[in-house]
Amino acid sequence: MQKTDITRPDYFHKVVDCQWACPTHTNVPEYIRMIAAGRYTDAFMLNWYSNVFPGILGRTCDRPCEPACRRARVEKEPVAICRLKRVAADLKGEFEHLLPKVPKRKNGKRIALIGAGPASLTVARDLLPLGYETVIYDEHAQGGGMMRSQIPAFRLPVEVLDEEVNLILGMGVECRFGHRVDSLKAVIEEGYDAIFIATGAPRGRDLQIPGRAEAAANVHIGVDWLASVAFGHTTSIGERVVVVGGGNTAMDCCRSALRLGGKEVIVTVRSGFKEMKAHPWEKEEALAEDIPILNWHNPHSLVLKNGRLTAIRFEKVRAEYPDGRRKLIPTGEQVEIPCDDVMLAIGQDPVFPWIEPELGIEIGKWDLPVLDPVTFESTRPGVFFGGDAALGANNIVSAAAHGHAAAISIDLYCQGKDLHQDRLPPGLNLSSQKMGLHEWSYENNYAGTHRIVVPHAKKSVALANIKAEVELGYDVERAREEAERCLNCDVQTVFTPRLCIECDACVDICPLDCINFIADGEGNELRARLRVPATNPDQAVYVDGPLATGRIMAKDENLCLHCGLCAERCPTGAWDMQKSVIHLFQAGGICHE
Amino acid sequence: MTYIAKPAVRNPALPKNSLGLTRRDYEGKISTLCAGCGHDSISAALIQACFDLDLPPHRLAKLSGIGCSAKTPTYFLGAAHGFNGVHGRMPSLATGANLANRDLVYIGISGDGDTASIGLGQFVHAIRRGVNMLYMVENNGTYGLTKGQFSATADVGSKSKRGEVNIYPPIDLVRLALDLGAGFVARSFSGDKDQLVPLIRGALTYPGFALIDCFSPCVTFNNHEGSTKSYTYIRGHDLPIVDLIPPRQEITVDYEPGARQEVTLHDGSRCVLRKLAGDHDLNDRAAALALIEEHRRRGELVTGLIFLDPEGQDMHMRMNTVETPLNALRYEALCPGAETLASINAELR
Repeated sequence: MQKTDITRPDYFHKVVDCQWACPTHTNVPEYIRMIAAGRYTDAFMLNWYSNVFPGILGRTCDRPCEPACRRARVEKEPVAICRLKRVAADLKGEFEHLLPKVPKRKNGKRIALIGAGPASLTVARDLLPLGYETVIYDEHAQGGGMMRSQIPAFRLPVEVLDEEVNLILGMGVECRFGHRVDSLKAVIEEGYDAIFIATGAPRGRDLQIPGRAEAAANVHIGVDWLASVAFGHTTSIGERVVVVGGGNTAMDCCRSALRLGGKEVIVTVRSGFKEMKAHPWEKEEALAEDIPILNWHNPHSLVLKNGRLTAIRFEKVRAEYPDGRRKLIPTGEQVEIPCDDVMLAIGQDPVFPWIEPELGIEIGKWDLPVLDPVTFESTRPGVFFGGDAALGANNIVSAAAHGHAAAISIDLYCQGKDLHQDRLPPGLNLSSQKMGLHEWSYENNYAGTHRIVVPHAKKSVALANIKAEVELGYDVERAREEAERCLNCDVQTVFTPRLCIECDACVDICPLDCINFIADGEGNELRARLRVPATNPDQAVYVDGPLATGRIMAKDENLCLHCGLCAERCPTGAWDMQKSVIHLFQAGGICHE
Repeated sequence: MTYIAKPAVRNPALPKNSLGLTRRDYEGKISTLCAGCGHDSISAALIQACFDLDLPPHRLAKLSGIGCSAKTPTYFLGAAHGFNGVHGRMPSLATGANLANRDLVYIGISGDGDTASIGLGQFVHAIRRGVNMLYMVENNGTYGLTKGQFSATADVGSKSKRGEVNIYPPIDLVRLALDLGAGFVARSFSGDKDQLVPLIRGALTYPGFALIDCFSPCVTFNNHEGSTKSYTYIRGHDLPIVDLIPPRQEITVDYEPGARQEVTLHDGSRCVLRKLAGDHDLNDRAAALALIEEHRRRGELVTGLIFLDPEGQDMHMRMNTVETPLNALRYEALCPGAETLASINAELR
């Protein structure tokens, strides 16, 4: 099999599953070690440079890192990466002196940012230290975008949001808040050097069922209703509320309704429980507040009495998979759920009625702009997209990732450079962690503890006030204990074949049976022959050799604990534990570690 | 040595044997030997073989004397019985234990010092009696625990780490065992588990005395140039002649005709062999001795199964003891009383 090229940055990056899965590629193991060492400010800064909103994301992130976490394959539960990030933000000390300096003399380039959500804020954060002037437009009076309008305060306290949004705005962004952009042409005519559009996915999908028009007063579009709650326009709701939809918005709607006077709040979903779009933890939180989730309920019609909504009728369905694709078949059974209000949380889309067709910005499939997937440039040079407006409704951390990518593009564009050729590729640094005969600069002892539960506020307290945060976050002790569960996947097992005497010590000691000395072979054939066959195709097999006996070394990366026992038991130092640091460059060729 | 314990977490895809155990259930504590010690590989091979044979760990007994080798029973089969005795006296422990309970599987672990020097007298009598056991010699040609003096198995001309040359001829434990009537005699190498694990399986199931003289390089004191017990030297001079074929592969793997040989032992169990070089007659003691001598002159180390006696007898057969282990006999059976004694005495008058 082809020898593994470990100098290729992507190879070891992929071994750090969490970092690879994170859209902004935050160096998770590094900040978790910092938290374990009590270096909260450093952990906060590492996050801030990478994902821009540690305190916000530490509470609300979609956490693609956690399902990817190696720990979940070795044990049951992943490391609570997201909640550890919150610890860094909660416990940080003075950090202002660590922020990048914004030059007083500007470089003369002006950038318009439309929409003040996470994507635009990231672009501003990346470009301001380079001397750019940024002008940010938003229809609301404050920045934050959908982070402010869509996330209920019991999940994200306003102070946390304000702190991180204002940190960026305070770097010198010119804010045009309360200014709804109705014409892109008008913005272009102001003569900006580049324009970044991140206006989110503000249009909640509607549901046309009989009675919809007649019951309009008591049927709410989820995203609009949440925004109205966030801005204080809505402060109450009927006692009996039915939420239609199974995504995260539905979970936020039902929990918010419970806090605004809802007594019997019910969630109804077309699909089964497992197939629901909401994250497992969001479903758990709703269930923990005794909100029933009724599955296989397809909305049929709204029932009105004397012109007033009294119930919603559902047709029960079941799933069938005739050609592998799910089909919902009506069972013939109908149920009526009495209610005062209905909330529709069945999806949301970006809309661009304000982009004039003659501007040459092509809008393609699903009403999304046609973009270069790397540079985020639209079909009109100098106009870039990011966040939900670019690729459809997604999450905050993706928006930040788009912002970083777009900022690089804008910087290159303003210098007249090529947006592809002049992008710096990622770099890699490997450094031995050996401190002594059997001492490493990281805690290599496997902690057998299970995931530490985040303490919650008492239900009576939480439900009484929509602004009372439900999750209380880890304290120092709990955070340290949870941090020890991290496997340090960035401390890599690096093999030097010329030093190997094939004594088998590493093979015998490896607790997960990852290491093999074996006759060479190809791909799946080799994978099947390993001591424990490598059955996870997403995970690489590290191959090196041939060795003196003609065999090769083949290590399945899938379940490696990075415990370093192979290196401890190696008499010749053929195995070494080396920390891999992936250098990802931001705008201006700046790399933060 | 390693300070942390081997994490208990294991690969979920690890195969299970008929007892529902994984290989890791046969492990012991983490080794405190030098990193890269051949002994650790032998421990791993023993673990694998016991797992493969579906042996219940509590039906095994590990016995050892003194030395690096004698420490190793702590590092495998943590759930088995064990006795760590006096230097060179492991064979006495094995003999006594086997007399008292013939139902256990006995693994004696010894080294070249423990067997070929202080324990030589014990070793030869265990063979002579035919104690039903696996006698594993972890042979590294050096006294590692006392910092690298030549042992009695070091070859003439072999150099110590400091450069002295050994002047005494070695004791060849395999030849000794052949001479004294051992029924299963093998030589192997810790760095070749493909050969070693099947040999251990064969030795553990052989109904009599089974010796494996296993080269096991001492990485700290005897793994340098000029040593004849280093990883490199053994790899360069090793000549495998007969392998045991793992039971599972007996049917599935095709070997050249003539190379495969099936042996039925007197207890009805079978052994399948594969001849790798020459046409060595495994059941001929004299041929085995000649083979070793011939290859020794050529500077080759013959490894694999060297001699197998299908008719070999163990101590209990020779002594005609009862089938029931003595420790399971009831008091009345062991000590039938004054009346029975009187009647026996009367017969002898």
